[in-house]
Amino acid sequence: MQLDATDRQLIDLYQRDLPVCDRPFLEVSRQLGITEEEVIGRLQSLQDHQVVSRVGPVFEHSRAGASLLAAVAAPEQQLDLVAARINRAPGVNHNYAREHTYNLWFVMTAPDETVLEERLDELEQQLRLPMLRLPMVEGYHIDLGFEIDWEALP
Amino acid sequence: MILSPSPEYLAIAPEAPGGGPVSAWGLLRLRRELEKGLPLTPKPYQTLAERSGLTEDEVMAAVRQWQAQGLIKRLGLVVKHRTLGYTANAMVVWDIPDDQVHAIGQAMTRMPFVTLCYQRPRRLPDWPYNLFCMIHGIDRPRVLAQLDRLIADQGLQHTPHAVLFSTKAYRQRGACYVGRH
Repeated sequence: MQLDATDRQLIDLYQRDLPVCDRPFLEVSRQLGITEEEVIGRLQSLQDHQVVSRVGPVFEHSRAGASLLAAVAAPEQQLDLVAARINRAPGVNHNYAREHTYNLWFVMTAPDETVLEERLDELEQQLRLPMLRLPMVEGYHIDLGFEIDWEALP
Repeated sequence: MILSPSPEYLAIAPEAPGGGPVSAWGLLRLRRELEKGLPLTPKPYQTLAERSGLTEDEVMAAVRQWQAQGLIKRLGLVVKHRTLGYTANAMVVWDIPDDQVHAIGQAMTRMPFVTLCYQRPRRLPDWPYNLFCMIHGIDRPRVLAQLDRLIADQGLQHTPHAVLFSTKAYRQRGACYVGRH
């Protein structure tokens, strides 16, 4: 998807602080000098093209339930298979292949610690692979709403 | 299965003085709806209200209160960096002496390209690293150059570390804490 200046402006201005009022997109449209309908249309299009995953709140993880980063070392030729199994487990919201002996990294979430441990135990048994469980001890900077460097993008 | 988030989500002050308490079930449904994002309608909070069995005012009051409490960190467009062209994503893990990890973790966040930074437990002997930081970058050479800057800036030339570039995203989505996912 080709982003024009207005799309970029939408992203630059509203990764945070989208107004909470009865017509938020009307507020946004006044800021950008376009119509409310166009704002909604553009947001829908950005969403449809996977430029944004959603428009809405980002919850503070440590206070919004339990979550944990885990990793397994999967045989290289079974990477896709193991990744698919991990994705089928309840509560998995991130799952990446990375270059390391521990080559699959995922985040498991659950409503509370007990359910989280149960889910991980079950998955570990199912995969028959040793699992690293790496809960967060302290977060120093957890915000993916960083400014986009449009100039540097290809 | 009844799942409940922490009770702080459920204590929303009534909008109007003397108004009744806000339905806890409604708030739970709202919480679940919000994880999917705002509906892209002219009156998204009204739409959310209809879906969760609350009034529009109750929905906006709940969102504002969760923001004020820090339960909502930010509200807006959640960008998928990979689609935009941020294709290099390095998780850099460090083995930092325990008494320095807090200070170094905080210092790392001052580098503008460090997007996430966490302290996590070591799992010896398999995993000696206790500090994680993430660099979301446009390509590998740039990310490695940023890492060099980080190492120089923090004096980490002799600190054991590993760079784990991601090669494939099998899943990347917002967290679903409430509900049966």
